[in-house]
Amino acid sequence: MAKLTFREDLCKGCGLCVTACPKKILALSKTKLNHKGHAPVECTDPAACVGCASCALMCPDCVITVER
Amino acid sequence: MAIVFQKPKSLTDVPYHYCPGCTHGIVHRLVAEAIDALGIEGKTIGIAPVGCSVMAYDYFKCDMIEASHGRAPAVATGVKRALPDHVVFTYQGDGDLASIGLCETVSTACRGENVTIIFINNAIYGMTGGQMAPTSLIGQVTQTSPYGRDPKTQGMPIRICELLATLDAPAYLERVAVNSVAHVRQAKKAIHKAFQNQVEGKGFSLVEVISTCPTNWGLTPEKACQFVEEKMIPFYPLGCFKDKENGK
Ligand SMILES: Cc1ncc(C[n+]2csc(CCOP(=O)(O)OP(=O)(O)O)c2C)c(N)n1
Ligand code: SF4
Ligand code: SF4
Ligand code: SF4
Ligand SMILES: [Mg+2]
Repeated sequence: MAKLTFREDLCKGCGLCVTACPKKILALSKTKLNHKGHAPVECTDPAACVGCASCALMCPDCVITVER
Repeated sequence: MAIVFQKPKSLTDVPYHYCPGCTHGIVHRLVAEAIDALGIEGKTIGIAPVGCSVMAYDYFKCDMIEASHGRAPAVATGVKRALPDHVVFTYQGDGDLASIGLCETVSTACRGENVTIIFINNAIYGMTGGQMAPTSLIGQVTQTSPYGRDPKTQGMPIRICELLATLDAPAYLERVAVNSVAHVRQAKKAIHKAFQNQVEGKGFSLVEVISTCPTNWGLTPEKACQFVEEKMIPFYPLGCFKDKENGK
């Protein structure tokens, strides 16, 4: 059981978290843009998240909080 | 559920101005994590450089001073000598530390000042639009080496850790990278140690962080991390170059 929280308006859509996730459950949004005009990251399968925080470790902008 | 990862307390809520995927942001976070872990925010003074991280003073909650280009180690020396019970760090790019400020870097290391230096080697002058840095790789195309850096006319890249390791005074010199999860974990340990050394009075500690500049390298953030792995690390090997307390 793990929970991700995204500070979505700070996301720059760089994709570093997407590459880092071992479960491949992160993707940039195809339907929305944030305040900065970037496609923010989303979790496509929250139940599959193992809470390893690899995504958060690679995020330059501290967008992701991970609970486990 | 318990929080396993969140933004460190020593960072302000000001959003970074850095380009998407620029790893300056990761290094800021690692510095703040070290400050949090050691509980020294109230007595830490950071010195910001000239370069893309010129506004680092907006991002750290501790006291910050802005130095003129390359002079951060000299400013840090003055602050540390005036306030020896405070923790003083500089955060500097390669243009700042290895070019215009090389004299201050070497002299401060040579004196063994008890300060912590976080050196961001992204092999380029990021802020000014991508000119060649002393650390730019052989063959690297930049605004001022449009045909690729040619050692015959532009010299060889400087390896700062190796250079400083020839001096007697420094206590700790380590090179790390932040292009992968494993490397970020190593970088976190090295940066923590560089601050802890100062708290324990061990002397001059510098961590060189191989960082990315996706914008001026003309690469996506992901490709820039691969460039670090395939091109930067082979020329700038990671590891500890000096650790006096452990006889190295
Ligand atoms: C005395 C002086 N000379 C030149 C400049 C122009 N200048 C601003 S930033 C910079 C280089 C920054 O490169 P680096 O230190 O590698 O930082 P980065 O932007 O790559 O993080 C230069 C040459 C300046 N601001 N002041
Ligand atoms: S915590 Fe781990 S598994 Fe969950 S999204 Fe982040 S990287 Fe993927
Ligand atoms: S690493 Fe951070 S800024 Fe980049 S896409 Fe992921 S959450 Fe957004
Ligand atoms: S120009 Fe390069 S170093 Fe500067 S913020 Fe952009 S990516 Fe980072
Ligand atoms: Mg630079």
